[in-house]
Amino acid sequence: MGAGRALVVRSQCSWAIGWVRPVPETAPLDWAWGVVLYWLALAAAALAGRRQAARITRWILPLGALGGLLMAGIGATALMLPPSAFVLPMGLPDLPFHLRLDALSGFFLLLLGVASFGVTLHATGYFRALAAVPLAELALWYHLFLAGMALVLLADDAYAFMVAWEVMALASYFLVTSDHAVPEIRRAGFLYLLIAHVGAVALLLCFGVLHGGESGHARSYAFDAMRLAETTPAWASVAFLLALFGFGAKAGLVPLHVWLPEAHPAAPSPVSALMSGVMLKTAIYGLLRVTFDLLGVTLAWWGVLALALGLASALYGVIFAAVQSDMKRLLAWSSIENIGLIVAGFGLTLIFHVDGKPMLAALTLTALLYHALNHALFKGLLFIGTGSVLHATGERRMGRLGGLIRTMPWTAWLTLIGALAIAGLPPLNGFVSEWLLLQAFLLTPGLDRPYLNMVIPVAAAVVVLAAALAAYVMVKFYGVVFLGRPRDAALQQAHDAGWPERLGMLWLAAGCVLLGLFPSFVVEGLAPVTRQLIGLALVNDGNPLLLAPIAAERASYAPLLFLGVVVTVTVAVFFGVRRLFHGRVRRAAPWDCGYPEQDACMQDSAEGFGQPIRHIFSAFMRVERHTPDPFDRHPEYRGDSRDRLWLLLYRPVGEAVAWLSERTGRLQHGRIQWYLIYSFATLIVLLVFVTG
Amino acid sequence: MSLTYHLQVVNLLAALLLLIAFAMLSQRRIVALITLLAWQGVALAASTAIVAWSTGQHHLYGSAALTVLLKVIVIPWYFFRLVRRLEMDREVEPMINVPTTMLIGIALVIFAFNLALPIAQMAGTVTRSTLGIALASVLLAFLMMITRSKAMPQVIGFLAMENGLFFAATSATYGMPMVVELGVALDVLVALFVLGIFFFHIRETFDSLDLKHMEKLKER
Repeated sequence: MGAGRALVVRSQCSWAIGWVRPVPETAPLDWAWGVVLYWLALAAAALAGRRQAARITRWILPLGALGGLLMAGIGATALMLPPSAFVLPMGLPDLPFHLRLDALSGFFLLLLGVASFGVTLHATGYFRALAAVPLAELALWYHLFLAGMALVLLADDAYAFMVAWEVMALASYFLVTSDHAVPEIRRAGFLYLLIAHVGAVALLLCFGVLHGGESGHARSYAFDAMRLAETTPAWASVAFLLALFGFGAKAGLVPLHVWLPEAHPAAPSPVSALMSGVMLKTAIYGLLRVTFDLLGVTLAWWGVLALALGLASALYGVIFAAVQSDMKRLLAWSSIENIGLIVAGFGLTLIFHVDGKPMLAALTLTALLYHALNHALFKGLLFIGTGSVLHATGERRMGRLGGLIRTMPWTAWLTLIGALAIAGLPPLNGFVSEWLLLQAFLLTPGLDRPYLNMVIPVAAAVVVLAAALAAYVMVKFYGVVFLGRPRDAALQQAHDAGWPERLGMLWLAAGCVLLGLFPSFVVEGLAPVTRQLIGLALVNDGNPLLLAPIAAERASYAPLLFLGVVVTVTVAVFFGVRRLFHGRVRRAAPWDCGYPEQDACMQDSAEGFGQPIRHIFSAFMRVERHTPDPFDRHPEYRGDSRDRLWLLLYRPVGEAVAWLSERTGRLQHGRIQWYLIYSFATLIVLLVFVTG
Repeated sequence: MSLTYHLQVVNLLAALLLLIAFAMLSQRRIVALITLLAWQGVALAASTAIVAWSTGQHHLYGSAALTVLLKVIVIPWYFFRLVRRLEMDREVEPMINVPTTMLIGIALVIFAFNLALPIAQMAGTVTRSTLGIALASVLLAFLMMITRSKAMPQVIGFLAMENGLFFAATSATYGMPMVVELGVALDVLVALFVLGIFFFHIRETFDSLDLKHMEKLKER
């Protein structure tokens, strides 16, 4: 028995390192389920211990972080092992929950574990200031949220999936509205809940279609049955569109993105980090699961649609990120951009897959998975970095910050790594995934579809534009918040983050650096996932230190070499300048170009930095501005860039609903006789209908 | 021969039922309404008993006894007590005047007979011809509920409607199963007590049992 299983493992992971790994006695799925139960137990413990705040920050949250680390290990193990499944003895009556752990779930569990470990470590420090009862509630929902996300990844039937999905949505809703005394936060929470539920309804319908009602033999909501169900292309398209809508609502695809810029600033920073870094990825997971695993057929136009939506989201997100002046809102828009890139990659994968180019499909799929993991790391890092800034200064508006690199060196330098990574600069991780994605775009002309061949270069240009603008956004974000001079005197007293927060940021920053420096190992690690989904894995043409996705002579990237060159040049310049100028250090106020009086308010502000973008892309937004007149004693400037889609798409819908409900409200007279007449008339009409 | 004789008695009782329904529609005094309800119960029980006797459906004796107990004794007694305690034996003006109501009632009866025709042809019972009357009394009771604005006549209308339904069940299918009947009887009893409590609360809140005052409860 043991030998037989070991053989299976050998064939599955012979790609890996070449040594046979004995199958452990307990499958990773048991462990994963154990961690889910562990998180649930921690949630219960938080509720039970709601009187002692210290116990929660000192024990429960660090223990939760440990669960994240464990989950990362389980995910990594699951990548190398054959899929395992079991049926839980619990669930709905007569419908036990099915769980399954395969390479795809394993990868996303790894993502969940790695990101949640760092974020939870940070949270132990971040939440220290809270009072006992809100803290206990927060810890309760936090661990429920983690358990819900893990269950979404493990679920193997539609019921378990939907239950876990809703646990995740509701727990995150309560986390977003944890500061529910503020009306805007309640409003943001409502918007989030509304869109999450509209999306969940679409998912429910999607599973209803997938369940293959007409074919007869499936008739079960277990994913295994759905894999066997034969769907006609028309119904498969319906299911795909529903899935794209439902998962798109969770991921924040344009035009379902409106909740993201509202909910992220409302939520506490570690929660934003988890939501943006991990929860959005569960939607990507769902999209991949439904499209490549559950649906038997795939059509090319789906890919075109996903590509178009993804690119639109990427561009839209990054443009709006550029004009924001609130740190967390900026990061939320940047999340929309990154999700857009991932979905664009997903669309391209579909196109290649249908077109019979498995090699390129594997490349694109690897790129999008890579980017998903990267985004979890650097967006988590940036969100908790802003959390530390918010903690130290109590300020989220970038116009009031500045120069924090001197008072908060740890936070500033660690955030810098995240900012460089998200800007797509080598040798960090953001560069690798975007580079891989661009490679895929550049290789497109081999397609058999002339139209696509002409359009795809434009799409590639959009990706490049989005990446470049993302760098611009990060220059703005980092420059305004951490560089320059403090715009407020109180910022001089800002204290740096405590050790738990530093450790959390260090963990995520280390992830960014390692994923950037050793991409070929990551690509190899992703091979089982791509093999599971499209039957082929990306082969690295180079050696372990050289990433060459298709052929080494076409394009290759050696990050260590790059790092070596960068470090050498930097060191050489530094010491060269030192030597040549004999350490003639002169301290003076920066940029003091002859102006005798210059204060911090004259620095380039967030609004000022984003102004060119606002002008160039003014068609996308409506700018509401309030400028003071010259004689104003207390001049005040306000500028707000409003989302045009909100005005064009959401407001009419809202107004239509209000109008309809007002009309319907007229039925309500308050007179019982009228109500009786309504039922009487209904009765008569029905009777006439029956007899007639 | 004996069957037709019984049938004629049942038809007579059915006609009585309809007559009482019309009387309730035109009656303005609450005490008289309660008496009429009790008499309707008597007619219902008698017809049920005769159907039971002529067709040998013994469980119908049970439902006849239940009807006598509940609709002739308990409910009218409870209502008389309520009327005395709430001091509401006054004339109640219906919202639509009585002749108009009667005309609408006649139209409803014609409609009900037309409606019952195809159903009666399908039913295999000896009493099927009374189905139209049963439906008519349901609709008339509903009409009574609509035209009254006080709480008490509405409850009486509700009970009269239940009577009509019960009669429809007897004439179309020789009654419902005993379990269902017991359940319905229990429901009616519980509803009655709940409504009795509501009467007190409504009066306490609005100083009146006129439901017009409840209009202000609606959402603006």
